[in-house]
Amino acid sequence: MSAPAKIVLEGVAKSFGSKHVLRGVDLIVPQGQSTVIIGGSGTGKSVTLKCILGLIAPDAGRITVDGEDVSRLRGRAREAMLDKFGMLFQGGALFDSLLVWENVAFRMLQGRRKLPRPEARDLAIEKLRRVGLTPETADLYPAELSGGMQKRVGLARAIAAQPEIIFFDEPTTGLDPIMADVINDLIREIVVEMGVTAMTITHDMTSVRKIADRVAMLHDGVIQWEGPVAEIDTTDNPYVHQFVNGLAVGPIEAIR
Amino acid sequence: MAILSLIQGFLASIGAAVLGLCQATGHLTLFAGAATSHVLRPPFYPHELWRQFMRIGYFSLPVVGLTALFTGAALALQIYTGGSRFNAESVVPSIVAIGMTRELGPVLGGLMVAGRVSASIAAEIGTMRVTEQIDALTTLSTNPLKYLVVPRLVAATIALPLLAFLGDIIGIMGAFLVGVGRLGFNEATYIQTTWDFLEYEDVTSGLIKAAVFGFIIAMMGCYHGYNSGRGAQGVGRATTNAVVSASILILASNYILTEILFAA
Repeated sequence: MSAPAKIVLEGVAKSFGSKHVLRGVDLIVPQGQSTVIIGGSGTGKSVTLKCILGLIAPDAGRITVDGEDVSRLRGRAREAMLDKFGMLFQGGALFDSLLVWENVAFRMLQGRRKLPRPEARDLAIEKLRRVGLTPETADLYPAELSGGMQKRVGLARAIAAQPEIIFFDEPTTGLDPIMADVINDLIREIVVEMGVTAMTITHDMTSVRKIADRVAMLHDGVIQWEGPVAEIDTTDNPYVHQFVNGLAVGPIEAIR
Repeated sequence: MAILSLIQGFLASIGAAVLGLCQATGHLTLFAGAATSHVLRPPFYPHELWRQFMRIGYFSLPVVGLTALFTGAALALQIYTGGSRFNAESVVPSIVAIGMTRELGPVLGGLMVAGRVSASIAAEIGTMRVTEQIDALTTLSTNPLKYLVVPRLVAATIALPLLAFLGDIIGIMGAFLVGVGRLGFNEATYIQTTWDFLEYEDVTSGLIKAAVFGFIIAMMGCYHGYNSGRGAQGVGRATTNAVVSASILILASNYILTEILFAA
């Protein structure tokens, strides 16, 4: 791990009522690499991402991005921190009252990075082209698109403002295997060509093998294993072994 | 023993309800405080404000207009019946004017808009919560309170007095049509009586009420939508709660406002 740390989590814990979702997550996300967090449904993968973004406040622990403690940031400073991020949501989370291009160029239509509308539109069309969509889709509403196309628009929105870090929340969930492969390829290409730090959560092993440099396994609220993607098949960690091979029997109980 | 545990259960259920109410009140107060604190602080979203203004104000015109028209018409008949009992049929124009401007214009208009607007706000924002669109706003460095809540609050607070004002005029017109067509009033006398009798405060007190109702309508829609539970059921519950709480708060605050404006 020669690359410097971009995001560092130290002892991050979060409970919802009596349910302890995260019990002390320690993770270092190296700059310019693609880290994938794997784990079963409901193991706190999404909560981890949301803690980093400040959408959920952790009960304990420290999260730093570029050495800056994100939990202390408020107002402008927090927005400046969020400007570094792009995020692809599981369901796309496109704004259905806005046109596709307005979604993609959202950051450029308001706030400090405001551009004139024609310029923002041109930029949106360029990003749509990058994710394989024609300029005609720009003037449709998100509801008029298929699931795969919505994912692409979500991806275009995530990369539109040249982020330093991109989060992918289950990028292939709900897509057919071919479309999933297309999205995986796109993610890999974009991460490489933009040189961004990527953090993905998924339980799709095909996706892991395609887009990960490093893999971290989250279970029982802690990181059970972390290492280069090449080692997931050779590690003797029982959790990783069970998960990667999709076995019903192992340390991870099947009923959760 | 059985009776004791029954009583205990009964008391516990009252306690739980009271605690729940206190918690909800506190939660709502914090939400309202946070939202209103953003009203005067940039960035502003004039495009969003305009869109909400059209949606809440302009598209509520038919509902408010029809409500006022028929209410005014019925009011004219009722007051005529009442007035005729002590040979005072001529009070129709003046009582209609007072009733519409001070009370029925803002309250009925507010209730109709509450049904229409707070439900749609709660459903929209609730769906945005459920589909992570609110989280997406945050990750796009946009404060959802500023982008979603403030435009709706401001739009409704401005739109409701305008709607109530139009409602006043349309309601008085409804009564005028019945008065002239059905009850045999002279057209010119009817208008003259209304005009002479109506005081400035009658109208302004109604408009102040309407502004408060507008705020309540948008706040209830936003609050319940913003804190919507998961899934379709969560959004459905948010919508119902928004309409019910907006309607009750309108009626309760109507009494309080009337009391304040009455004393003044």
